[in-house]
Amino acid sequence: MCPGSGTTEGENTLFKKILIANRGEIACRVIKSARKMGIKTVAVYSDADVNALHVKMADEAVHIGPPPANQSYIVIDKVMEAVRQTGAEAVHPGYGFLSENMNFAAALEAEGVVFVGPPSPAIEAMGDKITSKKLAMEAGVSTVPGYMGLIADTDEAVKISNEIGYPVMIKASAGGGGKGMRIAWNDQEAREGFESSKNEAANSFGDDRIFIEKFVTQPRHIEIQVLADQHGNCVYLHERECSIQRRNQKVIEEAPSPFLDAATRKAMGEQACALARAVGYTSAGTVEFIVDGNRNFYFLEMNTRLQVEHPVTELITGVDLVEQMIRVANGEALPFKQSDLKINGWAMESRLYAEDPYRNFLPSIGRLTRYRPPVEGPTEHGIVRNDTGVFEGGEISMFYDPMIAKLCTWAPTRAQAIEEMRIALDTFEVEGIGHNLPFVGAVMDHPRFVSGDITTAFIEEEYPDGFQGATLVEDLLRRIAAATAAMNRVAEIRRTRISGRLGNHERHVGEDWVVALQGIEFAVKIKADRDGATVGFSGGGSYRVTSDWTPGQELARLDVDGDPLVLKVGKIPSGFRIRCRGADLKVHVRSPRQAELARLMPEKLPPDTSRFLLCPMPGLIVKINVAEGDEVQEGQALATVEAMKMENTLRAERKGVIKKINAAPGASLRVDEVIMEFE
Amino acid sequence: MKDILQELDTRREEARKGGGQRRIDAQHAKGKLTARERIELLLDEGSFEEFDMFVAHRCTEFGMQAERPAGDGVVTGWGTVNGRMIYVFSQDFTVFGGSLSETHAQKICKIMDMAMQNGAPVVGLNDSGGARIQEGVASLAGYAEVFQRNIMASGVVPQISLIMGPCAGGAVYSPAMTDFIFMVKDTSYMFVTGPDVVKTVTNEIVTAEELGGAGTHTRKSSVADGAFENDVEALAEARRLIDFLPLSNREKAPVRPFFDDVARVENSLDTLIPTNPNQPYDMKELIAKVADEGDFFEIQKDFAGNIVTGFIRLEGQTVGVVANQPMVLAGCLDIDSSRKAARFVRFCDAFEIPILTLVDVPGFLPGTSQEYGGVIKHGAKLLFAYGEATVPKVTLITRKAYGGAYDVMASKHLRGDFNYAWPTAEIAVMGAKGAVEILYRGELGDSAKIAARTADYEDRFANPFVAAEKGFIDEVILPRSTRKRLARAFASLRSKKLTNPWKKHDNIPL
Repeated sequence: MCPGSGTTEGENTLFKKILIANRGEIACRVIKSARKMGIKTVAVYSDADVNALHVKMADEAVHIGPPPANQSYIVIDKVMEAVRQTGAEAVHPGYGFLSENMNFAAALEAEGVVFVGPPSPAIEAMGDKITSKKLAMEAGVSTVPGYMGLIADTDEAVKISNEIGYPVMIKASAGGGGKGMRIAWNDQEAREGFESSKNEAANSFGDDRIFIEKFVTQPRHIEIQVLADQHGNCVYLHERECSIQRRNQKVIEEAPSPFLDAATRKAMGEQACALARAVGYTSAGTVEFIVDGNRNFYFLEMNTRLQVEHPVTELITGVDLVEQMIRVANGEALPFKQSDLKINGWAMESRLYAEDPYRNFLPSIGRLTRYRPPVEGPTEHGIVRNDTGVFEGGEISMFYDPMIAKLCTWAPTRAQAIEEMRIALDTFEVEGIGHNLPFVGAVMDHPRFVSGDITTAFIEEEYPDGFQGATLVEDLLRRIAAATAAMNRVAEIRRTRISGRLGNHERHVGEDWVVALQGIEFAVKIKADRDGATVGFSGGGSYRVTSDWTPGQELARLDVDGDPLVLKVGKIPSGFRIRCRGADLKVHVRSPRQAELARLMPEKLPPDTSRFLLCPMPGLIVKINVAEGDEVQEGQALATVEAMKMENTLRAERKGVIKKINAAPGASLRVDEVIMEFE
Repeated sequence: MKDILQELDTRREEARKGGGQRRIDAQHAKGKLTARERIELLLDEGSFEEFDMFVAHRCTEFGMQAERPAGDGVVTGWGTVNGRMIYVFSQDFTVFGGSLSETHAQKICKIMDMAMQNGAPVVGLNDSGGARIQEGVASLAGYAEVFQRNIMASGVVPQISLIMGPCAGGAVYSPAMTDFIFMVKDTSYMFVTGPDVVKTVTNEIVTAEELGGAGTHTRKSSVADGAFENDVEALAEARRLIDFLPLSNREKAPVRPFFDDVARVENSLDTLIPTNPNQPYDMKELIAKVADEGDFFEIQKDFAGNIVTGFIRLEGQTVGVVANQPMVLAGCLDIDSSRKAARFVRFCDAFEIPILTLVDVPGFLPGTSQEYGGVIKHGAKLLFAYGEATVPKVTLITRKAYGGAYDVMASKHLRGDFNYAWPTAEIAVMGAKGAVEILYRGELGDSAKIAARTADYEDRFANPFVAAEKGFIDEVILPRSTRKRLARAFASLRSKKLTNPWKKHDNIPL
């Protein structure tokens, strides 16, 4: 039985109604736990979220202003007004927005409303990098060795570097974005690094203060989930590894970490609890560490809120963190001790972002014409969970975080959890916007990820030129070839069942086919029977394919030789567009003669698109989104033209640099007038 | 006896070689298939039955008698597409450049006559240098014989042209009179006069591709209905189109088994219409979600994008779709979109294909270029086409249906059988702002009053209920149940009978 699920004390004194000061998936997530506990929920929403899922799910909803968050979700007065209006007794802040805003916590406190989170002094203490590091050191938490004071000259810099131990990172106090930052592996480099950092810092920031700290090699991001009540109890719910990041944005998380041993885990957990106790922490919190290749770990910061990736912890511990946060806020004692909290199996989380991986992860907004997540709940070997805040037909707006869902899988082992994730990702249908499903799918098959040999630089190192779709291994290609050959047979036979046939001269669908995909051709012979088809390959080998797929279905769930295969299916002439495992393939299924003739067709290079953006219709320029000299990505909005009182967004057809802009907002243009030129 | 059989084999072999291996290789090197290879891809495997394999020309001028290849530059016959009969001619560029001689024309005429008599479509695969100059007027006569048959066959059997190489001069007029023209990108072109003549006469320098390539004819001239990457893709898509079409005007549109739920509910359609009335949305999403299996064969995709035309199936039966597209020019009607849709509607009516019309139209595009271009008569073509059509007509207004454009788009008044509206429909003479400015000209200075008047007008007309009160809208339906409602509407019209008064022919404003 799951620890923490059986609390009965205090049920009758629990809040009657809570307000969730958030939106999207996390608001929905909190509503689910509250509903389970019999608590009524209040949603808040901006103009952009009138039709949002969290508004539909909540018992009540209060409008709090225009779309920009700084005019709605993070305006304390507006949220307070919603609290008063609805009589909510407690507020769950989710993550982001007001979740780590001590003024908000204080404002609630002042009106006798419970903040489902830590006390405001703890938020304040952990909110400042310097203070939190100091407090951590005092609490006996391992921090990155470094020198915070002023460094007088180069000699002192070298001395400090030696004390810390190479490699060291020399950083401008005022710095950011890599400016004024150097890594030194010896005295010589420390000397040069200090001088150049100092110059750069003086020039860039007008502040030449420099500090030096240990440079962590092969860094991994591993964090400890803690939970503390108001009765002095504090436990850690083990770790989450979040090393798969893109530009500091977490993409894939898992629990436990494939890297930690029991001793390190215990040490990290105990230090995290020590810090929580030191700052009088209550509720759920996360202590983030950076861990080097030798399992040395150093404190980074403490997040005084529910973390995005909390579901993986819930999956391996069985604890409902949101429920516990609410109970702790209600003054209840934790229903479990540290020794009750075991690691059960393995959990993976993929964050689904509305960002187009083929266009350098450019945010993508628009209508979700199709949104069909995998079915949640137990599967044959594990569990699928999907935390989401969107629905088919909903709109992804430009105003908020581009994360639209968190897909989690659980299984007894890491390898199985990854396999569950592969299937779940292949089953996840999202159309209408660009999204990172293919990218995450590719990572799940990446040998380095599978082996667990990851660092925070994984994506940079493995995808230095961005993502162009996964290249599949031949075994998988053969399985897809067998599957599509069998699917094509079903489609072909249906074609022959059209009305108006010439009796006795019907078309007979043959057994021999040639499947072409990813530049490879497979000659196959299909023997079909009542239950499925056996697809034999001319070079030897065969696959047994069974499926209930029928033409037109956009998702094919097949069984190929006993293993599941899930394909997203689209139409192209003489075949299918197949998306699977991060690949986007054109699969042609042709008769041998058709294939022979198809080989005679020339390969065509993509057409040379014009260097001009032309006005496609007579209209008024409403907006120019770019400036001369800007580099633009394919699909990026360049200008908006209003015609017939409708706004039309013109987008870049390919990557390029804006050479010249010929039209200004307000200009009235004819068809084919040049709006801008590219280099 | 054996020798005689052998003789046939030898002669057949000879005929199949066309212009010989060297020319076949040259054809392949251009990325083009031969006439016979194309037929193989168009028809079901092994179904081709050839006519006139041994026909040879009779020309004796310019030394032509020395070379009389069997077949004379065109392969003709019949076969099946998914078991349904079609007739086909395929010009052989390896024989005299596919040029049209008197006998070449006679071969085409023969299968066209057969097609008319037996009720089956004609597909022409065009790849010809033009008239056979050595034959002079006999060649021109041949063209005209074909033209006359194109005209007679129009509306009797579907005629489809695939332009798979050059098609110039008089040769263009035969495809021009067929129902659909498809081109192959980069390897086909069509023009009345070629770049050389253009340069001589007008000093205009233009390439064949610019003058008459697939891009020109699918985007600018609208001569072609679609373009494909290569021969293989073009022929595969021609098969797909044929599956949507009846074999002749004596038959109903074909039906084939379908794997889709007739009552499929699409909740996402409830949010298709944006809250902001000036924000566009993609009408093709509605088409795909209504259609069986999301399958849509679009006609003239790259031309006049403000109206969408093409074929879907509902319960396995072909339906022609005409839909305003808010994504382009707000979905207004103009010269190009009216012409495009009018021709499509008339094709559907000629071949008993029911018509679904999806309406979101803010009106006709204003401006001098439209008026000078004769938008009055071009717009009238669409009005005329809808009004004369006797096939089942089901119309759904999703949002705007303003002014004369409301009347044109298969309204109740043009004998619409089912005229549905979504609750978001606005059926009015014009938008609120424009209407108030005319109705309350005297109050224009008072913005508060005007705002109140506008709100009042919106209350009164920005909905489907005024029209529904008058019976011009038969029913206001839920967006999510659109597929079921439309399918049931068409199902109820399967035995519709409606006849126009007898006339020699009408006088549509051409």
